[in-house]
Amino acid sequence: MTEMSITSGSVNKNKRNEKIAFAFLWLTAIITVAALVAIVGSVMINGVASLSIEFLTQEPANMGKDGGIFSIIITTIYLALFSIGIAAPIGIFAAIFLTEYAKEGPVIRIIRFGTESLAGIPSIIFGLFGYVFFVVFLRFRYSIVSGGLTLTLMILPTIIRTAEEAIKMVPRSYREGSLALGATKWQTIYKVVLPAAIPGILTGVILGIGRVVGETAAVIYTAGSSLGLPNSIWRPGRTMAVHLYILASEGLSKSNMYATATVLIITVLIINLTANRVIKHFIKA
Amino acid sequence: MKAYERVIQIILFISAIIAVLGVILITYFIINEGYPVIQKTGLMNFITGQKWAPTRGVYGIYPMIIGSLLVTLGALILGLPIGIGCAVFLAELAKPRIAGIIKPGIELLAGIPSVIYGLYGLVVIVPFIRKVFNNQGFSVLAGSIVLAVMILPTIINVSESAIRSVPKDYKEASLSLGSSHWQSIKNVIVPAARSGIVAGVILGMGRAIGETMAVIMIVGNSPLIPESILSSVRTLTGNIGIEMGYASGEHQKALFATGIVLFAFIMLLNLAANLIPKKVGE
Repeated sequence: MTEMSITSGSVNKNKRNEKIAFAFLWLTAIITVAALVAIVGSVMINGVASLSIEFLTQEPANMGKDGGIFSIIITTIYLALFSIGIAAPIGIFAAIFLTEYAKEGPVIRIIRFGTESLAGIPSIIFGLFGYVFFVVFLRFRYSIVSGGLTLTLMILPTIIRTAEEAIKMVPRSYREGSLALGATKWQTIYKVVLPAAIPGILTGVILGIGRVVGETAAVIYTAGSSLGLPNSIWRPGRTMAVHLYILASEGLSKSNMYATATVLIITVLIINLTANRVIKHFIKA
Repeated sequence: MKAYERVIQIILFISAIIAVLGVILITYFIINEGYPVIQKTGLMNFITGQKWAPTRGVYGIYPMIIGSLLVTLGALILGLPIGIGCAVFLAELAKPRIAGIIKPGIELLAGIPSVIYGLYGLVVIVPFIRKVFNNQGFSVLAGSIVLAVMILPTIINVSESAIRSVPKDYKEASLSLGSSHWQSIKNVIVPAARSGIVAGVILGMGRAIGETMAVIMIVGNSPLIPESILSSVRTLTGNIGIEMGYASGEHQKALFATGIVLFAFIMLLNLAANLIPKKVGE
């Protein structure tokens, strides 16, 4: 009798502990989502009011205190296109090499280690490197080229990794079928494997664009922060993230700061949702 | 045709080693630029020196090393329980419909630019701390809170995949021995996923130590050893980010020297995360 009650007592205690523990786990998940909502929400609530077509289409005036962010949007797009235009082919080629050509061994281990290390390097270090290497050593000055090449290195690991995963997911039978029909290895990769892996590869490219758009530390010391439309890739420019940083740290204009932040957040949200869509499409196919 | 395939293979190989080349170039140029200052000051004086006075040529980054470690430690204390809890929740408790809401949320959290985190810290967290503690608000605490949120995605993603890689038999064996679901999680599943979770935590630490813009905007940046978590603080990244805009000559080289120390921290953490097996049985 006593034994029974002890057991049922400890079962009850277990049940209670489990309830408390699960409540804690729920709470952690809620906090995580709440943090996202709080950050996005607080910025957008303050920014939406100052957002207008004029803000998007007018040039900044008085160092960004007045006016809009037209040339800043254009510079951001330039920089994203430039760095993706270089990083995407290199990253995809690297992924093809790693999955289809390289044999397990020291070479592939070194390349993997290099890619992993590159992914872990903080953006301020990229900024320092870009400044001393592209801006000073190669004499590219503060320019879209210096910024774009720095960002290329920064987003390369993301693109390589996602492309690798996507290529690995293409069934072996595709390759065997193509090779059996007499296609060469490269023809098989180019005509069969890559088309099948495109959605996965695109996801990495889109995420790379997202990083370029949001980056500050690596851009400000390489592409510079001067206002005005860069009329060539050898000219400096200011991206949205850099503009926001300068407005926030110099306290020039609260309403332009929030409006810029809102445009930046909406851009990043769209980019991420698109990447998400592509992944879902990929999983279904 | 053969030659054509060979050329392509060479192009692919060159593309693959660009990442490695990048790491080598970055390492070389940062060290080459910063080493003269370390040599002149002396390594020990540089990393244990308490005074940072670039105008007088005095370069000691001890306060910044302590600053980086403190802010990171604070971020881990706040972020770890939430991150690991959320990972366990996603792997063990969440129904697909709920996971379908939380997972994209975590992806978005990872995608938000650091300058937005900084802005949120500047307009929400700092004023909040100022109000509650009646001080300047820019503090170790503000930095830790914002970094805690920033490292959540890393910790959650790596930990969740480690927990998911624990073989189903472990859990089934534990349940069939009469353990409750929570007991199985606590005593069997999480311990089995331990090394993967540790790897996630180390990667999160790397992210916290390396973060620049968000931190600069909210920690106050005075180059002194903080007296409490409510004091202003400057991190290694902040030291570079704040002064890079106007430094020149030896002063600028001292910032690259700060970069060397930061780089060394990050490489050690990356190496540690790489050495730890991320999945059970690896």
